Amino acid sequence: MLRFAFYRLLQAIPVLLIVISLTFMLVHSAPGGPFSADKAVPPEVIKALEAQYNLDQPLWQQYVSYLGDVLQGDFGPSFKYPGRDVTELIAAGLPATAELAFYAMLVALVIGVSAGVAAAMRPNTAQDYIPMSAAMIGICMPSFLLGPLLVLVFGIYLEWLPVSGWDDMPGDKILPAITLGTGYAAYIARLSRGGMLEVLSQDYIRTARAKGLSEPLVIAKHALRGGLIPVVAFLGPAFAGLLGGSFVVETIFQIPGLGRFYVQAAFNRDYTMILGTTVFFSTLIIVFNLLSDMLAIWLNPKLRQQTRGES
Amino acid sequence: MNNRARQHAILPLLLLISTLLLAACGSSESNVDQGNRSGTLHWGNGTEPQSLDPHIATGVPEHHIITALMEGLILKDSETLAPKPGVAESWTISADGRIYTFKLRENARWSNGDPHNAHDYVWSWWRALQPALGNLYAYMYFSIENAQEYYEGTVTDFDQVGVKALDDYRLQVTLSNPTPYFLQLLDHYSLYPVHRATVEKFGAADERGTRWTYEGNNVGNGAFQLLDWKINRRVTVQRNPYYWNTDSVRLNQIVFYPTENVVSEERMFRAGQLHRTSTIPADKIPVYLEAQDSSLHIAPYLGTYFYRINTRVPHLQDKQVRRALAMTIDRETISKSILKAGQIPAYAMTPPGTMGYYPESDLSFDPEAARQLLADAGYPNGEGFPATEILYNTSEGHRKIAVAIQQMWKKYLNIDIKLLNQEWKVYLDSESAGNYEISRAGWIGDYVDPNSFLDMFLCNGGNNRTGWCNAEYDRLIADVAPTVKTHAERLAVFGQAEKILMDELPVIPIYIYTSVNLVNNSVKNYADNILNQPSFTEMYLQAEPQQKRLTEDQH
Repeated sequence: MLRFAFYRLLQAIPVLLIVISLTFMLVHSAPGGPFSADKAVPPEVIKALEAQYNLDQPLWQQYVSYLGDVLQGDFGPSFKYPGRDVTELIAAGLPATAELAFYAMLVALVIGVSAGVAAAMRPNTAQDYIPMSAAMIGICMPSFLLGPLLVLVFGIYLEWLPVSGWDDMPGDKILPAITLGTGYAAYIARLSRGGMLEVLSQDYIRTARAKGLSEPLVIAKHALRGGLIPVVAFLGPAFAGLLGGSFVVETIFQIPGLGRFYVQAAFNRDYTMILGTTVFFSTLIIVFNLLSDMLAIWLNPKLRQQTRGES
Repeated sequence: MNNRARQHAILPLLLLISTLLLAACGSSESNVDQGNRSGTLHWGNGTEPQSLDPHIATGVPEHHIITALMEGLILKDSETLAPKPGVAESWTISADGRIYTFKLRENARWSNGDPHNAHDYVWSWWRALQPALGNLYAYMYFSIENAQEYYEGTVTDFDQVGVKALDDYRLQVTLSNPTPYFLQLLDHYSLYPVHRATVEKFGAADERGTRWTYEGNNVGNGAFQLLDWKINRRVTVQRNPYYWNTDSVRLNQIVFYPTENVVSEERMFRAGQLHRTSTIPADKIPVYLEAQDSSLHIAPYLGTYFYRINTRVPHLQDKQVRRALAMTIDRETISKSILKAGQIPAYAMTPPGTMGYYPESDLSFDPEAARQLLADAGYPNGEGFPATEILYNTSEGHRKIAVAIQQMWKKYLNIDIKLLNQEWKVYLDSESAGNYEISRAGWIGDYVDPNSFLDMFLCNGGNNRTGWCNAEYDRLIADVAPTVKTHAERLAVFGQAEKILMDELPVIPIYIYTSVNLVNNSVKNYADNILNQPSFTEMYLQAEPQQKRLTEDQH
């Protein structure tokens, strides 16, 4: 297992290098510079600013010095927010984004797994169709529609929950977590239904039932571990997706997270911020994929055997 | 615990979690109610401020926060915008209108208690004119003698720039020419003083983006001081006990929120989370108007929405063509049916009433005459007129206007117009490189004077971007207007210049902006002025219990 993790981490180095190089080329070839503004910017100012951020150097030189800085963990200063470092902005946005992703994941797991398991227990009955249809709607419903709908109902008409904010008022994390988690809940419901159905048709389940175990016990003790492997495999990419894809929800609910910085950085041509957040998110995706693969191996005896065989 | 028991434990656990969650959302006091009790104003501020350094910042959100933290020599009356004493308690102007002598208040202090004097201004203005600082508003200083020369490096000795501390409390400013709007400029944050010791503590004077403006470091001379700055969350300021007029300030705190999403911002307002919004979604305006909701504030705004015409494009070089285009835009319809917020149809660049100036313009909506002009230019009934493109930055509002104009030109002139939208920075690039045919634009006056709208079309004006150049226009704006003796004469010169501009039409004015905000009725002394700059030192909060309920029921 450790060797597996080590090799995967080694593979991550060229991946990150490609990500940095591609992003670097893309941001520098995008039309419009970081300092262009509605009002004409005097040439003296442009010159001063470019010199300050080393943009007056040849591109390859900028690239090399950027790589050097990144190796030392320095993502450089933000162009848009003078005096703020990219690392500082990421650190400022990450807690809210991570917390949101965590709650959304909880929502997704609780709703998704229970709906999926319930559906798999009685396939092709109402207990299957209703949650699965709901899951279909959940997958199709974009968060920019669901968010405002929830706000209208629970925030404005019922006045139960705050309409926006983060850590400002009690309960202000509930609607964002549900909005972001719903799509994933739907996906997890379908995955767990599929996984459970496959497992429930296995011989060892029949044996368990034949031995007289009650159905809930069969599910909890024997079926869940195997049935949820697809869900576990999905957790890594899902968590990375939640972290990187929370922009819409962050905007709807005015959450001071990383997603807003990420998208605004592209609009602002804040080169260092785009690069910094991209590298950061890429690393997260790599790490989470690795973790979920390791978890899947640990859960699945067959895979465990294979990795052992390879190593 | 066996499996069955574990399973049974899940249900109560879920119940417990949901109870906790529901308990968390019990109806708590709204921001507005709480703010009205404690004197805390909750202000929707648009975006996260880029910088709170008055010599670096450029945007409206930054402006609001900086004016709470700092103050210039002069303040403006929040209704009439007439200059009134700020840090300077009085001033004299020499007979030739070039030398201003300000008497500073001896009781003015920085927010750390340090004395505040005339030398602070000399140093701060020196700093603001350092090119390395990247001050986009350096041109606001250019009416001061030798300021532009110093900034551009042709004068190297700052002593030759027209600013001098006569003693600790007397500041003398010498202008190159009499500049009637000079006092107004002093209330612009780019001319605010900064606290030297604080700036130097965190870096060199001309170093851009040091940490001196951050919480715990920031020192200002305004009515409020920085309490905290949580990135993308809020900026909170609280009353500054050292402010010279602190007894008259009635707000205890102001919380500025980066409310980037205008739809969410409006919902926050309705839920009582904000006292004031930075704007309101266009499609919500009719709803508020119909409900006659008193929280909707619509006021004329010192800005013009217009189209630039690239006069370097062959078929747009003929001013008859440009005139025909300008005469077939039905501005009344655009204003009433698309914009719906009381925008005034514009037939000249300068908003009417700017410092008592009403531009004369013979531009009107006249399709018949326009068709004739187009025929005279060689395109009878639009035949042979090359397909022309309107460039706009991606936005639903700009698209609607462009589509309407596209249809009007098709209907009245029978010409084909294509629409091209570009992302903001790409659009800026295209426009400044002259890589467009017709391009949408907007201009908000920096100060209340026709000059703020007209000097942009000088031949070498950085914001001209149309390729249009007229020697007589340049002469009137750059040479004649600054030197005439009286206000009336000056306005007459602007009138002549604007007549040339509206005859040649390198730009097609479309409408004069309005500012649209939602303001809770508990906010008192909120003055709607044409700069949309209400005064935080005058505002106060007084609860009106009925208001919130009314707002909610009507939407």
